[in-house]
Amino acid sequence: MAMLEVKNISISFGGLKAVDDFNITIEKGQLYGLIGPNGAGKTTIFNLLTGVYKPDCGRILLDGQDITGHKTAAINRAGIARTFQNIRLFKDLSVLDNVKVGLHNHYRYSTLAGIFRLPSYRKAEKDMDERAMELLKVFDLDREFAYKASNLPYGKQRKLEIARAMATDPKLLLLDEPAAGMNPNETAELMNTIRFVRDHFDMTILLIEHDMKLVSGICERLTVLNFGHMLAEGPTGEVLNDPQVIAAYLGE
Amino acid sequence: MKAYKKKVLVQNTITYALVIASYLLIQALIAGDLINSLLKGLLVPLCIYVILAVSLNLTVGILGELSLGHAGFMCVGAFAGAFFNQMMEPSLPSDQLRFLIALFVGAAVAAAFGILIGIPVLRLKGDYLAIVTLAFGEIIKNVINVLYVGVDSRGIHLSFKDVASLGLEESGRVIIKGAQGITGTPKTATFTIGIILVLITLFIVLNMIHSRTGRAIMAIRDNRIAAESVGIDITKYKLMAFSVSAALAGVAGVLYAHNLATLAATPKNFGYNMSITILVFVVMGGIGSIRGSIIAAVVLTLLPEMLRGLNDYRMLIYAVVLIVMMLLTSSPRAIEMRERFFAFRKTGKKGA
Ligand SMILES: Nc1ncnc2c1ncn2[C@@H]1O[C@H](COP(=O)(O)OP(=O)(O)OP(=O)(O)O)[C@@H](O)[C@H]1O
Ligand SMILES: [Mg+2]
Repeated sequence: MAMLEVKNISISFGGLKAVDDFNITIEKGQLYGLIGPNGAGKTTIFNLLTGVYKPDCGRILLDGQDITGHKTAAINRAGIARTFQNIRLFKDLSVLDNVKVGLHNHYRYSTLAGIFRLPSYRKAEKDMDERAMELLKVFDLDREFAYKASNLPYGKQRKLEIARAMATDPKLLLLDEPAAGMNPNETAELMNTIRFVRDHFDMTILLIEHDMKLVSGICERLTVLNFGHMLAEGPTGEVLNDPQVIAAYLGE
Repeated sequence: MKAYKKKVLVQNTITYALVIASYLLIQALIAGDLINSLLKGLLVPLCIYVILAVSLNLTVGILGELSLGHAGFMCVGAFAGAFFNQMMEPSLPSDQLRFLIALFVGAAVAAAFGILIGIPVLRLKGDYLAIVTLAFGEIIKNVINVLYVGVDSRGIHLSFKDVASLGLEESGRVIIKGAQGITGTPKTATFTIGIILVLITLFIVLNMIHSRTGRAIMAIRDNRIAAESVGIDITKYKLMAFSVSAALAGVAGVLYAHNLATLAATPKNFGYNMSITILVFVVMGGIGSIRGSIIAAVVLTLLPEMLRGLNDYRMLIYAVVLIVMMLLTSSPRAIEMRERFFAFRKTGKKGA
């Protein structure tokens, strides 16, 4: 069974059909790319998958479970985590706490246990700290754990968003332009990190990216979107050599 | 990691220590007869203001929602607590015990109002809470001014007209008498009890902030969309913060009701002005800073009294102090300087 199966979803805003009859099937463990020109509807698809918008029609299946029309928080608990094109961190919380918010649903104790510092609080907080530090180490953020999130340099903020998403222990990770604003060195390092996440956590990843070096470097399959329509779909090498794709997106 | 944990611990300890030290100092001054009766009369109100400011900071600073009706929750708590006290007087002769239970009653009733308002309003995206709480504060005050409640052997009777329409038995007692409010509640509140309630408030608020619940609340404040995307139940945690905030305001109300012979809902004690005064404490102390709220509440309550002798210049000095406090607590440069002054930050960053 596919990890993600999207069947014929569409959405329009007023008169604009932002996504029209979109389909995608992603197998478990795949590293999948979603590309296309500005305004093609890529971020809108992420918003549809995570319940920020409800599709006008169509169905979304995660690991066989129908999540169409569910609320964002419920969809995360079902197993989809994401990052944002315009970084959305908990800016006044520490780097560590950002990740611990991601762990929220996996280490539970009641509000009263928290206020009275009961053993369940101590145990869960200790486990959370350990787990969060492990994750931060993967993203090379462990030394900055006490920083306020907004004080991190830009590239590290992007990584922290991925760490926070991973903390929710997802089945499917959505990355919206993870390399945006990064220099070539940072991008190369990010590619390694994404590959590591996939291999180490056996993660299924769907990513939006404009950086073709990153896309051709790590994505196994691609879907190309243009004005809300699917232009092409298939293995990375084939799609990038498709004359239609070259004409519409890649250019000369 | 240890140093980081310790930083939080040290900060919280300073806050508690500040309260306890002030208490001991004032007790010493009282013992030495070095304090005038005017100031003595302000001690319980100071505790009330501190509880109000700290609890409002939970809504404004930690949850990041604007509430303009905090005095409304105080009002509800005060009347619920005083009503309970008088109703139970025949069956529970101990003033202290009734006061103690009244604190819980006031907190529970205020929390219930918080939930009632919060459920419809906190679901909405946008600043609707400010408007609705503002209306709530004004409405509750006006409702209580026309409310008559009495008890007799058949139970509690309620009317919005007058005493006669309560239809009480011969042996019945009227407890809430419209605009006259509630009279004859025993003055059980003391400075010591006030300080204990301040410490309990701090315990609840500070421990909540530094727990899973508090992190979820602050995550919603910092970025609602991101908080949802990591599976946080937005409405639940907004409601949690808001109702705890309301409950603690209710506790302040009960303390208030037990510090006066007559409890009536006037614009002065429970009106819009009071809500704004508390908000000023929170803003002046630095939004989100619990210790700041305490200091601002104390300074801004005492200052006008201290300056009484200066008559003409009183409001001028008050205004200057407001501006200086605002600069100290809100300007980035001042915050940076303060942080450098207290070098705790550094040790937190280096120790892993
Ligand atoms: N909430 C909304 N209301 C109205 N129009 C919207 C909304 N969200 C997206 N759109 C429109 O839908 C289209 C697709 O936007 P989207 O953000 O998905 O593009 P994108 O492919 O992510 O582009 P980019 O590469 O620039 O990030 C755009 O024309 C955008 O203006
Ligand atoms: Mg986009």
